[in-house]
Amino acid sequence: MAVSLAHFLTVSAILLVLGIFGIFLNRKNVIVILMSVELILLAVNLNLVAFSAALGDLTGQVFTMFILTVAAAEAAIGLAIVVIYFRNRGTIEVEDISTLKG
Amino acid sequence: MMNWTLALPELVLAVCGLAILGIGVLPKRNTFFPCAMAVVGAFLLTAVVTLGVPEGTAFGGQIAADAFSRFAKVLILLGAAAGVVLSIDFNAREGLDRFEYPVLLLFATLGMMVMVSANDLMALYIGLELLSLSLYVVAAFNRDDERSAEAGLKYFVLGALASGLLLYGSSLVYGFTGTTNFDSIANVLSDPTKASSGLVVGLVFVMVGLAFKISAVPFHMWTPDVYEGAPTPVTAFFAAAPKVAAIALFARVLGGPFGDLAGQWQQVVVVISLLSMVLGAFAAIGQENIKRLMAYSSIGHVGFALVGLAAASEAGMRGLLVYMAIYLLMNLGAFAVLVAMRRQGRAVEQVKDLAGLAKTDLGMAVWMAIFMFSMAGIPPLAGFFGKMFVFKAAVDAGLWTLAIVGVLASVVSAFYYLRIVKVMFFDDQVGAALDPRPATVSLVMTASGLFTLLFFLYPAPLVAAAQAAVAALLG
Repeated sequence: MAVSLAHFLTVSAILLVLGIFGIFLNRKNVIVILMSVELILLAVNLNLVAFSAALGDLTGQVFTMFILTVAAAEAAIGLAIVVIYFRNRGTIEVEDISTLKG
Repeated sequence: MMNWTLALPELVLAVCGLAILGIGVLPKRNTFFPCAMAVVGAFLLTAVVTLGVPEGTAFGGQIAADAFSRFAKVLILLGAAAGVVLSIDFNAREGLDRFEYPVLLLFATLGMMVMVSANDLMALYIGLELLSLSLYVVAAFNRDDERSAEAGLKYFVLGALASGLLLYGSSLVYGFTGTTNFDSIANVLSDPTKASSGLVVGLVFVMVGLAFKISAVPFHMWTPDVYEGAPTPVTAFFAAAPKVAAIALFARVLGGPFGDLAGQWQQVVVVISLLSMVLGAFAAIGQENIKRLMAYSSIGHVGFALVGLAAASEAGMRGLLVYMAIYLLMNLGAFAVLVAMRRQGRAVEQVKDLAGLAKTDLGMAVWMAIFMFSMAGIPPLAGFFGKMFVFKAAVDAGLWTLAIVGVLASVVSAFYYLRIVKVMFFDDQVGAALDPRPATVSLVMTASGLFTLLFFLYPAPLVAAAQAAVAALLG
């Protein structure tokens, strides 16, 4: 059986849903949230590359390169913020992030 | 031959940013103040350059310079410059006077400028991320404060999720139209048979991502927490320029490439606009923290502005732009008052800390009352005209429900705006008087107050500029 565009789109939709659920259902650790964000971006990249190949158009792959670069910067900033949060609170449990509410 | 001069404002700002970064890091002493001044200067220089840029598209159709982007850029630069000015005194007193702060705001502003002149999903994404990454850092800028760190963390997580959803939508739009360029997308979609369900799903994902950035209900969860936790000048910055940029981007994406799908997105905009107005009106009533109150107020204002977009007409878009311009200028004044709120050297941020302000600083109390009346939409102040433009466009487009709910929501929200006026003028002072306000705050407050107060005398230039911007957008 040949792997068609629909297969790629299905896999990437599954990855996207896993990423979103990872952010909202995860009650443990902020690092898991960062991993889920990366999962969402990977779903997008897979989508773009699959479309790019199917359309025979390079734009999607160029877009993927941009996303990879920005994702690296985003992860760096995310980890830096997690570090300053940890220095203030001594924990990165998701349930403890609740000083601000109302 | 590529016409790179069309991107001259962005290039000027980027070069200034790199130069200021170099100047800031070299001397051994603290360079916060000179860097902040240099950043304000760079903003003003860029605004002048923006006014002289010809129209057209550059960089293979990635960047479009037109009346719409010029209108939005001038507003953004004005708001950003005021945001930096407001931070000067506050940051020095709170020990946040590090030169990275104005430089980060400069790069955030650069991101906003790329966003509003983006003519391609790729340029849109890069601009949005340049803005967001800078804002995540400034939200957590008071790194020894637990609340600031938490605000940064929450903003980062939800902002990254929003970017992810926006990108997923972009990838679907690319897949189903075969292009990421706005003009080409509009061309493809001028044939109604090309609007497949996959494309509509992509459009909805893009709208969800952008709704996060403008903090429209139901994607507003981060706003109150981030506004409350971030240092006050950062909140002032968040509530001004980035909001205008994100709304302008929203209008460009929906009105430009997806203009022919108005029937699809109009219902979504109507729903988020209704929800934002109602939530903004009711959730702010019980708030004691004034920054949190202003967060709900800004959610409500986004709802009112989206009424203009929901009308999906030329008058509606014009109303949207006029509303955002007025919102930006009056909001800066209101936040100038919040930045000035400190007692015996400590920043305070409860509504009750304003009690008796009229007796100790009548000028500030009167200006704050003017901003509150204007936000509540009481004529003849500027806020009334913003609301009038969008509601009239909604009525003309037959959206009676939206207009009626909007008027009712603005009546409800008048309650909490007037409560602040009552606290300032009629309540007894608790504790010591507020410290004297710094000159930077007085400057922003007076300029913004004069605009709010006198807008009704001469509204023509702003309305004409908005009209030209809309004409460029809807072509």
